[in-house]
Amino acid sequence: MRFMLIVKSDARSEAGVLPTDKELADMGRFNDEMVKAGVMLAGEGLQPTSKGARVVFAGGKPRVIDGPFTEAKEIVGGFWLIQAKSREEAVEWARRVPFEQGEIEIRQVFELEDFGDGEGLELHRKHRDQLAK
Amino acid sequence: MIASDAQRAVEAVWRIEAARLIAGLTRLAGDVGLAEDLAQDAFVAALEHWPRTGVPERPGAWLMATAKRRGIDVLRRRRRFEEREAAVGHELEAAQASAAPEPGARLDDPFGDDVLRLIFTACHPVLPANARVALTLRLVGGLTTAEIARAYLVPEATLAQRIVRAKRALADAGVPFEVPAGAALGPRLASVLEVVYLIFNEGYAATAGEDWTRPELCEDALRLGRMLAELAPAEPEVHGLVALMEIQASRLRARVGADGAPVRLADQDRSHWDRLLIRRGLAALERSEQLGGRGPYVLQAAIAACHARAPSIEDTDWRRVALLYGALAEAVPSPVVELNRAVAVSMVEGPAAALTLLDGIAGEPAMQRYHLLHGVRGDLLQKLGRHGEAAAAFERAAAMTGNAGERSLMLERASRCRTGRPEG
Repeated sequence: MRFMLIVKSDARSEAGVLPTDKELADMGRFNDEMVKAGVMLAGEGLQPTSKGARVVFAGGKPRVIDGPFTEAKEIVGGFWLIQAKSREEAVEWARRVPFEQGEIEIRQVFELEDFGDGEGLELHRKHRDQLAK
Repeated sequence: MIASDAQRAVEAVWRIEAARLIAGLTRLAGDVGLAEDLAQDAFVAALEHWPRTGVPERPGAWLMATAKRRGIDVLRRRRRFEEREAAVGHELEAAQASAAPEPGARLDDPFGDDVLRLIFTACHPVLPANARVALTLRLVGGLTTAEIARAYLVPEATLAQRIVRAKRALADAGVPFEVPAGAALGPRLASVLEVVYLIFNEGYAATAGEDWTRPELCEDALRLGRMLAELAPAEPEVHGLVALMEIQASRLRARVGADGAPVRLADQDRSHWDRLLIRRGLAALERSEQLGGRGPYVLQAAIAACHARAPSIEDTDWRRVALLYGALAEAVPSPVVELNRAVAVSMVEGPAAALTLLDGIAGEPAMQRYHLLHGVRGDLLQKLGRHGEAAAAFERAAAMTGNAGERSLMLERASRCRTGRPEG
């Protein structure tokens, strides 16, 4: 199973304040732990919204809005994509992120479900559900 | 049985901490069987306490401290091990008496090295293959006995016995807790890679159960392989194996048809190939090539990479694939390799050249009972318009295969050749 660990942004990162050396070292060690455990698939940090943009759709028409955006708490600051055997394991990894303050949202990535329906898919789902019990 | 939230949380921590915990305990206790017992006791204790207290801030440290306390009790009660008890007991007591480790601190012997020792121990050739698999998944993969049993579709009691016997065999053989050195390293590493790839293959092309693939096992194997790549980064074959698994796993979704039947590489919808895994696989392959790897796993990964890079079967770099199969045939001669090489050659030089290649090896003993040889011959003959000979080859393949699905497929192809409707 795959999970995305979404790091919520805060006022500091939105202000473009770079992490301290200690923060970088702690985060580096954490990333290292995930790589060594074989669960890290991908991970990136995102630049502040002042450099970004939004495209808003209404009635099928897109509208572009340039950053910065003000609600820092709802802004994505970065993400990890990890492989884990269960939601609980993804949560446990998220607990280990070396943040003093902050918030991480954990979301499971769609796997077979996005494949479209079919008998084979049903068999897979059934078997996987049985294995999960 | 539906696991409670608390149990799942403990199992999740176990999965993350088991390898280091058991490796560290093996170093202290001198015996992997005892280490696993102590670790298991700590796991049970966690199941008892954590639902009430919550998961501790540093669960690994909690588990280790609990296991050590238990270890002191156990060793005290074991009269036979008095000498060991004195030495290790003092060690454990001293370790317990000192403050809990600082976050990020490492003991004298970094856990990493101990986990590597544990991997070599679990994959020791004195054990039969299925015991190595079970022990590796349990000690290193952090799976519970129930999870492993489910994955291999055997009763939990059977799996538990397999692990008990494996630990006993290791103790009886006096297997030392070490990373093999010198000339011993090569074959022992090969044994480790074989175990990991066995786990992967059971998930990639399952030999048991109804499903053609079991992606969870592929994930378990990938995880083990990636761990190994971090523990032994200078070994090109390790990166080769990881590359091979990442790329093969990238095709899992495309490998199964709507009816649950396998879909051949040539027929797979490549838009369903996982690009993230392909990227990771190519990166691992590059690591292995930078280390000068030309071993069997690196070669197989390089072949897989040729397919991964190709937008379609026709646009595949078949020349390179044929060359790589040639190199692989020298490293690990086998009918499968020769056959795949012939198929690659047919894509580059046409069916006649491939047929010559096959006829050159058809006399070899390993080929005599290999039904796929005749299936491929039939395919090549059919492409050359030699339908009578093609039909005969398909019929021979049908007669030799033990698989009902394959037999009917071969007979159908033979019949189409005889009735002048080869494609259909």
